[in-house]
Amino acid sequence: MDLARLTLTAALALPGFAIADTVTVLTSFPKELTTAYKKAYEARFPGDKLEILNKNTAAGIAYVREQPPGNRPEVFWASAPDAFEVLASAKLLQKVDGGNAAIPDKVGAYPINDPEGLYKGQALAGYGIMWNTRYMAANKLPLPREWADLAKPVYFSHVAISSPSRSGTTHLTVETILQGEGWSKGWAQLLQIAGNSAAITERSFGVPDGVANGQFGVGLVIDFFGLAAKNSGMPVEFIYPSMTAIVPASIALVAGAKSPEGGKRFIQFTLSDEGQTLLLQKDISRLPVLPATYAKAPAGYPNPFSGSIQAKVHFDSDLSEARYYVVVALFDQLITFRHKELAAATKAIWDADRRLAGRAHAPLEEARKLVFSPPVEDRQIADKALLALFKADKKDETASRQKAKVEEDWASRAKANYARAVELANAAK
Amino acid sequence: MALSPAHTTSRSGAGVVALSLALAAFLLAFLLVPVGTVVLTAFSNAQGGFTLAHFAAFAEISLMRESFGNSLYVAGTTVLCATLLAVPLAYITARFQFRGALLIQTLGVLPLIMPAFVGAAAMQLLFGRSGSVNLLLGEAFGVSLPLMDGLAGVIFVETLHYFPFILLNLAASLASIEPAMEEAAQNLGSSGLRLFVRVVFPLALPGYIAGASLVFIKVFDDLGTPLVLNVTNMLAPQAYLRVTSIGLEDPIGYVICVILVLFSIAAMGGAWWFVQRRDFAIQSRGGVSAPKRRLTPAQSLLAYGWIVAVMLLVLSPHLGILLLSLSKVWSFTVLPEQFTLAHYATVFEDASTMVWNTFLYCGLAALLDVVLGTAIAYVVMRTQLPGRRLLDHMVTVALAMPGLVLGIGYLRTFRGVELPFIGPLTASWLIFVIAYAVRRLPYALRACMAALAQIHPSLEEAAHNLGASRWRTIRRVVVPLMSGGILAGFVTSFVTAAGEISETILLTSRESLAPMSYGIYLYMQSIAGRGPGAALGVIAVLLIGVGTWLSHRVVAAHAPHDLKGAPP
Repeated sequence: MDLARLTLTAALALPGFAIADTVTVLTSFPKELTTAYKKAYEARFPGDKLEILNKNTAAGIAYVREQPPGNRPEVFWASAPDAFEVLASAKLLQKVDGGNAAIPDKVGAYPINDPEGLYKGQALAGYGIMWNTRYMAANKLPLPREWADLAKPVYFSHVAISSPSRSGTTHLTVETILQGEGWSKGWAQLLQIAGNSAAITERSFGVPDGVANGQFGVGLVIDFFGLAAKNSGMPVEFIYPSMTAIVPASIALVAGAKSPEGGKRFIQFTLSDEGQTLLLQKDISRLPVLPATYAKAPAGYPNPFSGSIQAKVHFDSDLSEARYYVVVALFDQLITFRHKELAAATKAIWDADRRLAGRAHAPLEEARKLVFSPPVEDRQIADKALLALFKADKKDETASRQKAKVEEDWASRAKANYARAVELANAAK
Repeated sequence: MALSPAHTTSRSGAGVVALSLALAAFLLAFLLVPVGTVVLTAFSNAQGGFTLAHFAAFAEISLMRESFGNSLYVAGTTVLCATLLAVPLAYITARFQFRGALLIQTLGVLPLIMPAFVGAAAMQLLFGRSGSVNLLLGEAFGVSLPLMDGLAGVIFVETLHYFPFILLNLAASLASIEPAMEEAAQNLGSSGLRLFVRVVFPLALPGYIAGASLVFIKVFDDLGTPLVLNVTNMLAPQAYLRVTSIGLEDPIGYVICVILVLFSIAAMGGAWWFVQRRDFAIQSRGGVSAPKRRLTPAQSLLAYGWIVAVMLLVLSPHLGILLLSLSKVWSFTVLPEQFTLAHYATVFEDASTMVWNTFLYCGLAALLDVVLGTAIAYVVMRTQLPGRRLLDHMVTVALAMPGLVLGIGYLRTFRGVELPFIGPLTASWLIFVIAYAVRRLPYALRACMAALAQIHPSLEEAAHNLGASRWRTIRRVVVPLMSGGILAGFVTSFVTAAGEISETILLTSRESLAPMSYGIYLYMQSIAGRGPGAALGVIAVLLIGVGTWLSHRVVAAHAPHDLKGAPP
């Protein structure tokens, strides 16, 4: 008797024993944001239950791919527009009608919603530089204004950046720099900044977190990380460099979800007045897509519709999607996995620079070229064969091994180049 | 204390056979098959045939070679550092009359009540580049110790967390050395350090090897700590990253799992073989050991100094987590500047589901463990069923299974499996209970076997003589007498499952299903979440600490009982 009662109580207390419509949201957004939306949504629609699935963008894409239709999460909500392109081309998204008529079609020259209607912009984000005021003061560092500033020798070991393979927002930052500065010059800048970095963090959160608690001096972050930290009282500042793009963070309905109606409801909610106002919360600090919401924002809140954010780069998301895998692999092989060697080479070059006091020196120039140029050149990145190789199915053994060979080639060349550069730089007197 | 065959029931009824088959089926389905799937996948090509191509591909990728090397390096160095910490402490406890023995015992338990990854986040704030220690050192001496940079950080955190394994095993080993050996050596003129190095330590080697191999395996397989510290060029994080970002089909992830399993088995097997070959356990196990010497004042000072230093280090993650949970702003300062209780409020508001989930999963898993453990112990020790030892060996396999491997195995084996009422198995709460239960079963089994060994069979025979059936005897006589061991097994299972992160990260599909350990990991992913994450961590540590203390009390309370049933 007691046992039976116990079992019954236990069964009722078990999670999942619910009678309501369950909407599963797969997102890379932090807990503050998801908790706020969950509370507000469940208050508005008491019949629904919101489930949050927290995964970084790449893991999220893999997860959606692996679930059979009928078992997939309802909503995919992330910052990176190319993640949505990847899902759309794999036919994993479903068109959603409706939305909010008051949301404009474009921000600057960039479309907010997918022209095919497969995903909708829910918030806007720019990429910028965040720094810890105490760290900068203690280490007497000049305050940066542009990405190019972070490539300077004075910032060596004070910068932090994440990797595009782990962070959709870092990938966007990397693509923004590559599109803004051009392939070769962009890689040179990225390699210098990475060489100046103290760490390549595992998730994008590692950068603002490290800057906020004083571990790093400067970090490349998406705007809301910097703004939210500042508004939470941390001693940090955030600015948008001119070489930035404002792109939408999107929300989409996954094809083959269990409760698509619930998913649609949630998407509608996020685009509504109430859903957009939630973004203004201090610990969230995102930029709404609904222009009217900015009237409720505190003074000094960045407004991409008012022209106060200078965004020089016209982000081409098709280009970004086409070369996504190659860019990600290049970054990992040259930078993420070789970080110690890259940092050592960068240090050697900066030291040699200082010793030579700006005089030209052929071996030093060669060292610079060895370290700060990518193994894939401008014309090669447009090569369809290379792009196709990296996009191939993992199960294809030959393609897999070929890809691994190419990556291995980059890796070993990079390692050799960095070592050689250290020799050359140290010999420069 | 072997039971003579005459005391065990020679007839194994249908009930016992059915029970054994059920136990075997459980272990097969939830341990051997998932692990087997993982191993097979590493050796299968796309058509299903045998291939070593994946291993070849693994060896060709320099990142994988580097990760392999790093994992070996980190595990080995951790064992070395843990030895350096533990050996002096063990020596002091075993060989000297020392009033601070309680301190050392506490030192042996404190690190284990905090999961390593929880402390790691706080250690960054204390020992990181701009952490408290380096800020002070920078001001005073202008130096900065890279204690938390890269692999060094992982080694540091893991050493502080795992050295108790070596300490406890070594202390027990030292305490049980035949005093006659030492006296003989002393008669021949050996003393002090020479005596220790040439005679005492080699005799205590089995205990040391047991502890050291355990530390090696646990560090080699650890996923949570490297992830929280942003170190990804090690085997376990690489397997996790590949399986989650590239997909469950990625063969390299499985190759890594096979390597992890092989090393675990090798380390465990090697330690067992070593201990078997050189078993210097004493004959007189009545508690007689070498007389303890007194410490000279100078030695006393050194001893206390060492203990205090180690204690401070060991307490630093706990202190760090506590400070972090109470701080509003802690950035580039030695101590947090503003304090608040808001994080605890946030946790009570938002994370109560997670706390409940932990109690639910770990409680059910521990319950399952003691039921299975009692059943297996009974079958192995009280029946003559052929092949019963196999059950014991199957459970031992679980000891060598890294959580990561089992997690990946479950995801792959049970993909698409749907249960009535519960839905997809791998996206449900049930998978947690099973995963925790399977990996904790060895501990519970050991406790149950030890408890059962203390019960004299004549008690059961008396019950049979009075007409009780086998099942009635088990229910009314055996289990109540085993209760102390069962309870201890329950608490051990519960407490170790509460701090589990490797399987949890892989198996958590929805936030509402997340237990506390995953919750802490999730909170630590945002700036505003560090405070609540630390608060949740403090709650987890308190929970585990109370549980550990309870289990010690229970074991202590039941110890005298068992002596009554022991053979003369």
